[in-house]
Amino acid sequence: MMRFSTLIRHPAEWMIGGTVDNAVVLTSRIRLARNLRKIPFPGWATAAQRREAMDLMLPVIQELRPMKDAFAQSLSGLTAVQKQVLVERHLISREHAARTEGSAAVIERRQTLSIMVNEEDHLRMQSIRPGLHLRVAYDALNEVDDALQEQLPFAFDRKLGFLTTCPTNLGTGMRASAMLHLPALVLSNQIGQVLNAIARLGLAVRGLYGEGTESLGNLYQISNQSTLGESEPQIIEQLERVISQVAMHEANARLKLLEDEPIMLHDKMGRSFGVLKHAWLMDSKEALNHLSVVRLGACLGFFPKETVRLCDTLLMEIQPAHLQLHCGQKLSPEQRDERRAQIMRLHLQNVTSPVTVISDHNHHPLSDSNPSPEP
Amino acid sequence: MKCDFCDKKATVFLTQLVEGQMKKVCLCESCAQDKGVTDPTGFSLADMLITGTPTSAILGAPIFSSKKRQSDEKKCPHCGFSADDLSRVRRFGCSECYDVFRSEMEMILPGMQIGMTHVGKVPRGHEEKHLHEEKIERLRSQLDAAIQSENYEAAARLRDELRQLETLFPGLSPS
Ligand SMILES: [Zn+2]
Ligand SMILES: [Zn+2]
Repeated sequence: MMRFSTLIRHPAEWMIGGTVDNAVVLTSRIRLARNLRKIPFPGWATAAQRREAMDLMLPVIQELRPMKDAFAQSLSGLTAVQKQVLVERHLISREHAARTEGSAAVIERRQTLSIMVNEEDHLRMQSIRPGLHLRVAYDALNEVDDALQEQLPFAFDRKLGFLTTCPTNLGTGMRASAMLHLPALVLSNQIGQVLNAIARLGLAVRGLYGEGTESLGNLYQISNQSTLGESEPQIIEQLERVISQVAMHEANARLKLLEDEPIMLHDKMGRSFGVLKHAWLMDSKEALNHLSVVRLGACLGFFPKETVRLCDTLLMEIQPAHLQLHCGQKLSPEQRDERRAQIMRLHLQNVTSPVTVISDHNHHPLSDSNPSPEP
Repeated sequence: MKCDFCDKKATVFLTQLVEGQMKKVCLCESCAQDKGVTDPTGFSLADMLITGTPTSAILGAPIFSSKKRQSDEKKCPHCGFSADDLSRVRRFGCSECYDVFRSEMEMILPGMQIGMTHVGKVPRGHEEKHLHEEKIERLRSQLDAAIQSENYEAAARLRDELRQLETLFPGLSPS
């Protein structure tokens, strides 16, 4: 079986984009909730019933083709920091991390597939892909679901669909979501409008930590809210349509900023780069905001293209549990700030200062694989 | 801005469409963690707002106060989950609870879901399985009747038929 240290040694391909266009949409994620027939749901089951359900499900999960050599661990066998690292990597939920005996996590080698056993539902499985690829993520997870259904008696009702602990997940049991980086919509004050429009469509949108409509790091998550009354393809198609529209707005806003306010943009790049490269103390708020600027800059050609990848890796690495795991000890907030700044300096030491970027009407950096400005 | 649940500074902001209206909730870091809000895929604002304002605390306020008296004794025979439990935690005890509390559930569904009927994926072989399940149940009661009336010839035939069906679908063992 795979060890925890092996699992988290490298960032997953989906976290850093790989070869996929992730300039605006970082990741796509599908989650399915499934339960066993007639066996009490985890929240209502006794510890013995939970263990029994787990013993029934775990061997079947580990037999899945993609789960060969997977990381499989009872949550009672993980430390608090290890569980928190999995949460920071979006591999298990915060709620799941709070559980111990009778719950488990099975995570595929590449971290694109993870299955939580005895979370709120008997099974919560998720599939993640870089960029906007909800359909691809769904197809992969649907195969896993089919394979599990062959062996496990899932609770299904012809009127209500898959039966879940909470009725908010009934029907498809599916939550589809994407994480978006929207710095230009924020800088140009269009974000409120865009978020309202999304919410009016019945979709859920939230900023990950922030004040008002401005989210720290300008990262936003868009997901479906209803799971009953629409089919999986309908839900996914609507989401993909809305998300690609938002992504297009963001892409246009980036180009317009470069055109209309080049001095402001150049100033921001220089300042954020300077701070990240030279600060010795940095809280996560400051880190996220400067990383957001540099990530935008990398997409627009201020920094080498690989810098996007570096920013996405750092977004993960500077989170509290990741910092503590790499140090092998518990850190006070002050120690974390010091450590965070140190990691930034280390990773940015070989990144060159931002270059001058001139807006070019005929050149669309975001739809192009090579965003560096033509001479 | 202050947290909607306590007086601390709000750092997590959620906007979702609930019953056709935009609802906004502001939470501090610890309340957000408490309520599982930090995992957006596992969270629905409809769930949190089901009783109206979030300030009245999420858990605890009963949802079916008007119907409570008549469903006081109602319990899921399979797992023992009661109507009281349902209005307290707003979750179910097991898959069979959905049959027991169907009417209560149909009351709360419109607030959280677009439709009332599943139109998505149906597990492979589900229809087929369902028909077989019905047939097995019918055969079982016929078998019981045959034994009762001491019609052993018919009972033997029914038993064979049952055994055959059950080997086709090993998942459908008697409950
Ligand atoms: Zn609070
Ligand atoms: Zn029950």
